[in-house]
Amino acid sequence: MSVLVFLEHHGGELQKGALGVLTKAASLGEADVGAVLVGGGVRSLADDAGSYGATNVYVADDASFDPPLPQSRVDVLAKVVGDHGYETVMFANSVLAADVAAGLAARLDAGLNWDLADLVSENGTLVGKRPALQDSVYVDVGWRSTPRIALFRAGSFDAVQTGGGAPQVEDVAVELEAHSTGAKVVDQQLEESTGPSIEDADVIVAGGRGLGAPESFALAEELARALGGAVGATRAVVDAGWYPYSAQIGQTGKTVSPKLYVALGISGAIQHKVGMQSSSVIVAINRDANAPIFEFSDLGVVGDVHEVVPKLTELVTQRKSA
Amino acid sequence: MKIAVCVKHVPEGPARIDPGSKRLDRSGEGMLNRFDANAIEEALRIKGDGDAEIVVVSMGPASAADTLRKALAMGADRAVLVSDDAVAGSDLLATSRVLAKALEREAADLVLFGQQASDGDGAVLWAAVAERLHLPVVSQALELTLADATLRAKRQNEFGYDVIEAPLPAVVAVSDAINEPRYASLKGIMGAKKKPQDVLSLADLGLGPDDAGDAGSRTEVLALAAPPARGGAQKIEDDGNAAQAIVDFLAERRLI
Repeated sequence: MSVLVFLEHHGGELQKGALGVLTKAASLGEADVGAVLVGGGVRSLADDAGSYGATNVYVADDASFDPPLPQSRVDVLAKVVGDHGYETVMFANSVLAADVAAGLAARLDAGLNWDLADLVSENGTLVGKRPALQDSVYVDVGWRSTPRIALFRAGSFDAVQTGGGAPQVEDVAVELEAHSTGAKVVDQQLEESTGPSIEDADVIVAGGRGLGAPESFALAEELARALGGAVGATRAVVDAGWYPYSAQIGQTGKTVSPKLYVALGISGAIQHKVGMQSSSVIVAINRDANAPIFEFSDLGVVGDVHEVVPKLTELVTQRKSA
Repeated sequence: MKIAVCVKHVPEGPARIDPGSKRLDRSGEGMLNRFDANAIEEALRIKGDGDAEIVVVSMGPASAADTLRKALAMGADRAVLVSDDAVAGSDLLATSRVLAKALEREAADLVLFGQQASDGDGAVLWAAVAERLHLPVVSQALELTLADATLRAKRQNEFGYDVIEAPLPAVVAVSDAINEPRYASLKGIMGAKKKPQDVLSLADLGLGPDDAGDAGSRTEVLALAAPPARGGAQKIEDDGNAAQAIVDFLAERRLI
């Protein structure tokens, strides 16, 4: 059996989510763990992929692949699967990866299960675990095709180095389909955020409407600084212009899974919940005792953020400097 | 200029999975997937006062005709519903096969999708449909303009924004931040009843029963289970000591 992982990268670094999926792939015990890298200069990332468990790395190393468009990546993956017969192809969800996975499914007439939180081998058969209907039910899903295509919810797996050696590196020469080259990126605006990026942060302090005013985000920023974390925001406050989009967590923002998530004045609407529910520990402070956030918090505090948070920041700071 | 908008009829109210069939229970009242309203609105905005034709395309149960009428009431010109006993239980792959066939007949210049389905949380269908139609695809479009048979879309991703150009015909999935969908006017609602609504079977599309439904699917639901519980949740009222309680809680878990 063999498994192939699409490795997304940005700014010369492999994405944490994709490395988490590679870690998972390597843990399945397959002899052949392939990884696909597409973009200019990606060859230099091959050894990194090896250290997370890839035995074979396929590189389409060409600057013409730099624009983050899905269809040329479908061509590359279809070629690798066709040449090497990979039985399972795994993706960490992102705007780009979702489009690549679905395009590949249609190209190869292969089954795609998405929003998976886990993949397990049951009696020699791979079974995907998919939380559905706002996580009220876990669905076991299977495939009737080879390859199986699996798209994982962001943050499902930790990226862990396996101590694997240098992988076999192979160039992929692919002729692109006519329809794969139609779309062109003509401009890019990257939002460079300061401080730890929220996808990589171990601690996130996020603020919602319950902070009351844009100035109150200082409470979240000060607590985040004390805890060594990053600041997140709900869609409502981003839409209201209180905080930049780059900090938005939720369905239409980022999906995060830090070790600690502190929710300040966040009601816990589904839109937000799906972006942070896989956090290891969730602490919520909200004045409304009936806020849905308390249903999925490990520690819920019914109280005023303006009272509790300054004290909390002070206590954390004291403790760290002690 | 012809714009096709793919829409989904989703269950109204909290969705449930039928434990017997392991499929989403679609027996109750349905409604237009709210994210598709953004795609319809965008088609209407592009049309403006021009003479573009807007056709809404859907696959679903016969009751989905009501949902299509809502799209017509908003201002779409025509509706096509693929409804056939054999399409029930179609997975992403089978659905993309059927929709692509229906869209092929329309040969639209632009095919629009909403950003996700509110029931199955699926957010990938457009890319599979575009692949089958051999058309360029752009997703998460926040802004969309057309000029000289070329579309220009501003796409949001995790790192910022990309401005993408693609030749028409093309497939675009719009973000729900692209516009505020209009409400249907009374005149629109009255007029919708007179607009053409075609219902097509798989055979009408040149497809057989093995192309859709369970037989045409390459994935399957094996079992349903309760989600793993978040154990040991605590909830306290702030009596002035909540900050200390949080610190103790975090220290116990070695988070500070």
